[in-house]
Amino acid sequence: MDEILDVTQMLIQLSAIVSIIAVAISIILLLYRATIGPTNPDRAVALDIIGINLMALAGLIAILLVTTKFNDVVLLIGILLFIGTVGLAKFLEKGVIIERDLD
Amino acid sequence: MSGTWINLIFDIIICLSLLMGTFFLISGSIGILRFPDVYTRLHAATKSSTLGVAGIMIGAFLFLYVEHDIVSGKLLLGILFVLLTAPVSGHMISRAAYRSGVPLWENSVKDEYAEVLKEEQKRQAPDQ
Repeated sequence: MDEILDVTQMLIQLSAIVSIIAVAISIILLLYRATIGPTNPDRAVALDIIGINLMALAGLIAILLVTTKFNDVVLLIGILLFIGTVGLAKFLEKGVIIERDLD
Repeated sequence: MSGTWINLIFDIIICLSLLMGTFFLISGSIGILRFPDVYTRLHAATKSSTLGVAGIMIGAFLFLYVEHDIVSGKLLLGILFVLLTAPVSGHMISRAAYRSGVPLWENSVKDEYAEVLKEEQKRQAPDQ
């Protein structure tokens, strides 16, 4: 039984490494769209999805180097990504991010 | 004896969820690369990235819980956060793109938001 469990541990490590390589390839594909992209909203979408791929990469590295210290990184990237995307969308729509119509 | 079999089954579930999440992430990025339009690219972006992050985070949570007895709710909170914020940010980007004048794909059939915008402008014009 222990040999089978060793084999499955190796299988988890192997699938984590394969997933890291595939996510890195997908980030490279998205960098193409983020630089070449015909309009500015294309670049905003590509940057949003690059951030989500970085969240997945942090989770995979937490599997590979058995730690819990990457879990804060996941939440931090998620929150900053949402704020950045909302700010970019408001800037693309009106040209202003913080509106002041007090006076 | 039974605990070891349960460990084996959990290992296989972890492998399958990791590979499923990776498949969804890479298919989403291929969709962003190959769709012709911002509004169709958003379809590929938000849904598949939500599923991919959910798969990888469930894999990491099960790995840390089953193998090392660490319960980290932050990974599940990450799933919840992406599930809440990805549709909102996609909607905001698509509305900003339409209002800043990005054209639709030339083979698009229907454009309902143009009629809504025209009615809105007609309603706002007599007030001023």
